[in-house]
Amino acid sequence: MADLASEDAFVAFERVQKSYDGENLVVKDLNLSLPKGEFLTMLGPSGSGKTTCLMMLAGFETATHGEILLGGQSINNIPPHKRGIGMVFQNYALFPHMTVAENLSFPLEVRKIGKSDREAKVKRALDMVQMGEFGGRRPAQLSGGQQQRIALSRALVFEPELVLMDEPLGALDKQLREHMQFEITRLAHELGITTVYVTHDQTEALTMSDRVAVFDDGRIQQLAPPDQLYEEPENSFVAQFIGENNTLEGTVTSMAGNTCVVTLDDGEEIDAMPVNVSQVGERTKVSIRPERVEFNKDRLNADAHLVKATVKEFIYMGDVFRFRLSVAGNDDFIVKTRNAPDAVKLKPGETIDIGWLPQDCRALDA
Amino acid sequence: MSDETQSGPVLAADGTPLKQSLARSLRNQKMRALALIGPLLIFVLISFVIPIGSMLFRSVENGMVEQTIPLTVEALKDWDIDSGESPNEAVYQAFVEDMIVAIEAKKHTRLGTRLNYEQTGMSSLFRKSGRKIKRLDPQADAPFKDKLIDIDKKWGDAQTWAVIKTHSVKITNGYFLNAIDMQRTPEGAQAQPEDKRILITLFKRTLFMSLVITFSCIMLAYPVAWILANLPMRTANMLMILVLLPFWTSLLVRTSAWKVMLQQQGVINEVLVWLGIVADDARLVMINNQLGTIIAMTHILLPFMILPMYSVMQTIQPTYLRAAKSMGATNWTAFWRVYFPLSVPGIGAGSILVFILSIGYYITPEIVGGTKGVFISNRIAYHISSSLNWGLAAALGTILLAVVLILYWAYDKIVGIDNVKLG
Ligand SMILES: Nc1ncnc2c1ncn2[C@@H]1O[C@H](COP(=O)(O)OP(=O)(O)O)[C@@H](O)[C@H]1O
Ligand SMILES: [Mg+2]
Repeated sequence: MADLASEDAFVAFERVQKSYDGENLVVKDLNLSLPKGEFLTMLGPSGSGKTTCLMMLAGFETATHGEILLGGQSINNIPPHKRGIGMVFQNYALFPHMTVAENLSFPLEVRKIGKSDREAKVKRALDMVQMGEFGGRRPAQLSGGQQQRIALSRALVFEPELVLMDEPLGALDKQLREHMQFEITRLAHELGITTVYVTHDQTEALTMSDRVAVFDDGRIQQLAPPDQLYEEPENSFVAQFIGENNTLEGTVTSMAGNTCVVTLDDGEEIDAMPVNVSQVGERTKVSIRPERVEFNKDRLNADAHLVKATVKEFIYMGDVFRFRLSVAGNDDFIVKTRNAPDAVKLKPGETIDIGWLPQDCRALDA
Repeated sequence: MSDETQSGPVLAADGTPLKQSLARSLRNQKMRALALIGPLLIFVLISFVIPIGSMLFRSVENGMVEQTIPLTVEALKDWDIDSGESPNEAVYQAFVEDMIVAIEAKKHTRLGTRLNYEQTGMSSLFRKSGRKIKRLDPQADAPFKDKLIDIDKKWGDAQTWAVIKTHSVKITNGYFLNAIDMQRTPEGAQAQPEDKRILITLFKRTLFMSLVITFSCIMLAYPVAWILANLPMRTANMLMILVLLPFWTSLLVRTSAWKVMLQQQGVINEVLVWLGIVADDARLVMINNQLGTIIAMTHILLPFMILPMYSVMQTIQPTYLRAAKSMGATNWTAFWRVYFPLSVPGIGAGSILVFILSIGYYITPEIVGGTKGVFISNRIAYHISSSLNWGLAAALGTILLAVVLILYWAYDKIVGIDNVKLG
């Protein structure tokens, strides 16, 4: 999927670069293509260039270099209002001087759609987000969640094929956000629209998207479906950024096909899967997910290398137990286990052996 | 909860009605707030409310005639103003008695000045007669009718007495009638003779030119405010200093500078002649007329338009325009349907400010207005400092105040005053 040929792609960035000041590249060599109907999320820390990419696609910023294609055609020189792309802004950008219905009617009016047609479409779009009653209100008379729905239906009312959303849920509280995440994906799939969604919230990215593009420092660090992103991060930035992650540093001391042995800085040896390392002697950061660490003596794999750990802290979280361990000089090594009948409760101060399957421990770039 | 079952007023914890204890707790707050605004309140009262009140009063107050010559006023009550004949001896007797008292107190010339507003010649009549009446004795020298007519034959003229009688009322509408080019006559309100009708024209001109000035300010300020609002903060602040720079120079200096610029031997004409656009013998007349006043006042009042516009535009997020364009609006549609309506409060605030300032402007029209470009305020100033007809000045000022209030009210009806935002 990642190597989608440009001609099949509905949206494509080809070698796109962007600089605002002529000195620093905010976007460095962006290549990205997505097929019709896909829900793609751009995920990354603040300042990584996500909004800039979205604005270039929408036409509000020009690419310094490279080409942006929509439906196979370069849109570099097409002004925003002719691109027919729906947008949802972080602050919603609902026009305060118009009622909700007038807001929705606006894109239809500028398209010179007849009055009766317009009213029907506005009503349909409002019903779509369960806001049929609110057509006569001003945006200021709506709650944040309601404004969000209106912004969403305004972006969809003129039936664009591509919709861009820039952190649309950033201002909502947690519960509302989860509800809207579901609502947005439902609508996107029902209507079959292609969506580019920007967020810095990884949970949002994982739960909503078909694919996620992880941005850092103006580059896509990894482009993959959510499960792959979480389970098979390709570099230590992605491993760190997505979900909770334990990192240990060391040097590769032996390589054998799909496994390698890494000697940690305190001399202990562990098994790992080489991802970004290719030869013995290379420095590496290994990454292990907290829930993939095993410390139940009965289930530890006797063949594999085990590592000594000291329990620092036990945190009871109801559905899961969380332990903070000290492993090879790393005092923030987190282990999670399900609160099952046979779960072991470790006590602070205890010294235990821990282990994992080699494929769960990924040797990444240092 | 016990509160839910009991009927009657809700009680606070100590048993007093909640309303009462709330009022008590708010009272302290209110007192403190009052103490804080106290000094300002007193200042406003002294410097604003009282002067305006006294101006309103002065525009109708007319006690002078009755205070200075009370017996005459009393005696004139029996005189038929329409008879066309001079009054009888009783009136002259009363008048001499009054005048002797008034001359003693040196009040008779002031009365003369007052009556002179209504009929020219009265001032000199009173001054001249005063000197001679002083020597008369109210008992020994009676009767007076012929003696007075001897002093000046105007005393035998019914018109003189008609003026005195007409303006002897305590509260008069005479000043207001004068202010709208009419006069108080024995036959009621009548139009002034044609050569004295200038005030209505001046009012109309003031309103018209203020509108033109407001409109030119809107046209010039809008793009400037727009640019300022869309520049980065640092640059905008720097340019803002340029906008405010004129405030650092004296108004007089700025106005005089326009004189240098606009006069026929001035900078602009010289340049135009030098460029060959204007012939040397056909230099443009741009000063001492309405054009000069409009140009100079537009320049002087421009910051008052830019500032409110700027502060309103600053609050219009750029995402509104982007949203509009993403929905298919052209630059123009996005501006006209989205940005412009959101900036109207700024235009409104600026317009009210500029219009009200310019309607009462004085210095600039005085300097660059010539005769064709002066405002009603120049006339008010004339009556205050030259003709000393304060009653008329007050009436003109009151009308000006009323016009502003009416326009304000109309604006509220049409646009809505909550649509005005200064920041
Ligand atoms: N209009 C602009 N002018 C100059 N620099 C900008 C502008 N917009 C964004 N930047 C810079 O570009 C970088 C990327 O910004 P942005 O695309 O907004 O990141 P993100 O949306 O991922 O937080 C940031 O360092 C930001 O300071
Ligand atoms: Mg952003």
